[in-house]
Amino acid sequence: MRRVLAFAALALWVPSAAAAQPGLGVKSKSGKELYAAYCLSCHGVDGSGISSTAHPPGVLDLKGLGPPLRGVGALSADFYLTTGYMPLADPHDQPLRTKSPFDKQEIAAVVKYVASLGHGPPVPTPHPDRGDVSRGLSLFTEHCAGCHQIVAEGGYVTNAIAPPLHEATAVQIAEAVRVGPYLMPRFPTSQISDAQLDSIVAYVQYAKHPDDRGGWSIGRIGPVPEGLVSWLLAGVALVGCCLAIGRRHQR
Amino acid sequence: MRGLRRWFIAFVVLLLGRKKRPPRFADRPRIVPPGEPDPRAEWLVLGLLLAAAAAAVGFIVAYSFDHLPHQTQYLGLALGLAFAFVAAALVVVGKRLVVTEELEEDYPLPGHPTAQEELEQLVAESGDRFTRKRLLVGGAGAAAGAIGAALVVPALSLGPLLDTGALYETPWRRGVRLVDEHGKPLLLDEIETETFYTAYAKGADKELLGSPLVAVRFEPSQLHLPAGRGDWAPEGVVAYSKICTHAGCAIALFRKPTFPVVEPGPALICPCHYSTFDPTKGGNVVFGPAGRALPQLPLYVDAKGELRAAGNFSGPVGPSWSGVRSKAPRNPS
Repeated sequence: MRRVLAFAALALWVPSAAAAQPGLGVKSKSGKELYAAYCLSCHGVDGSGISSTAHPPGVLDLKGLGPPLRGVGALSADFYLTTGYMPLADPHDQPLRTKSPFDKQEIAAVVKYVASLGHGPPVPTPHPDRGDVSRGLSLFTEHCAGCHQIVAEGGYVTNAIAPPLHEATAVQIAEAVRVGPYLMPRFPTSQISDAQLDSIVAYVQYAKHPDDRGGWSIGRIGPVPEGLVSWLLAGVALVGCCLAIGRRHQR
Repeated sequence: MRGLRRWFIAFVVLLLGRKKRPPRFADRPRIVPPGEPDPRAEWLVLGLLLAAAAAAVGFIVAYSFDHLPHQTQYLGLALGLAFAFVAAALVVVGKRLVVTEELEEDYPLPGHPTAQEELEQLVAESGDRFTRKRLLVGGAGAAAGAIGAALVVPALSLGPLLDTGALYETPWRRGVRLVDEHGKPLLLDEIETETFYTAYAKGADKELLGSPLVAVRFEPSQLHLPAGRGDWAPEGVVAYSKICTHAGCAIALFRKPTFPVVEPGPALICPCHYSTFDPTKGGNVVFGPAGRALPQLPLYVDAKGELRAAGNFSGPVGPSWSGVRSKAPRNPS
């Protein structure tokens, strides 16, 4: 009986959950309409944001859903949309890289609309070719590797994931540094200049396919797997030694 | 001098005074076939054991230098050689000195009185070929002692055993400027929110545990500092020691929520073991293995807008030690 009830509840819940996905079935290409369909429920009318004190509260009567978007500019909107971080199904989740439901023109339209809400920075144009990989490594070590790990394989901060940067494009890297998405700190030009940013972008691009001078990369995630492999090799060598110096007991 | 001479005489007596003691089980039929003594193998074993001891002493010597180029490599080499020599000595003992035997049956099980005796006889007879037992035992003792010492010596670096006074010293006192890694003073107006800055004490060695700071700016309304620290954060700029109170790593992570309503709050995090401190509440521990709050440094802004320390840290800097809470940090005299 209980199982039947559970199935019935599931059957009822699934379509309602699908219906809660914002903006499904919207065919419009206009930025404002796409914003209304996909973003407005959390970021409020005209990007005014919905904070814990906002009235009326956002969808599902959740208190506080999305930050205001006035003045974030094309830079921030472009980052969140091209990475697929937004639209986000559950505002309590950490946005992670997914395939965006929008195509390129739709993204451009929404970015243009969000940029029109207030004065904000434009989409940056990094020049990794002007950067220096070696300088980038030292800057990356100083500012980024604490969370993203030295070859940008990603890592953890308490309560969040620092994503790997394999798929990040040059523009997205430059944007993320200035935006500080989710829990990442923001790095203004006083902290990391545009020239330094070029070097960091050059390094992250390099780190996608580094030449592994040690031979095996072993996932490039640090000493633990490397240690495991060395123990495995050392174990085999030790067994070899045993065979060489010992003799099998004859029964 | 006299002590040395005594040792020398004892060593010579040990070397020359070898004699064959009558075997304990001479009255019984042998189990293990007799083996020829092999003095050259014995010397080889002794040499290998002494080489192991020398390598281990080499480890201690290499460790005692402060700034030796390629120190880690030398340390690894010395310890590795020590173990390799011991292993080689054991191989020689096993291959050339212990009498080997071919038995059709298993060894007698221990427990039964006669079986017990047989086992002892087996062991004694297997050692028949040793002619300089004490010398070899001495050599093994030297190797074991030296390797043991090599393994224990690094523990001395854990800190002074009795005098912990130096651990309380920091370069911060009222008026000391905060500078960045290039020595440029930190200006209040240049400190932005939602990011974090590393600062050092002007004129102090950056490598000193007490020098590096992490500075963050908040809206003053976001701060809930402990009682008595109300004026420690001019315009919402707080500064904490950058050294984690757990294991002494650098606090290299700053968790900055884009939208604090649905995201975990701001935090300073040590990447080594994820000790997480709340910079808005005086650096108290919210997660992880750290046992004490991050020491906070009181700040003020001078007439030129530069950030300066208004005193010393709220607590001792760095990993904890016995009695860490008993004294406040102070300046070197």
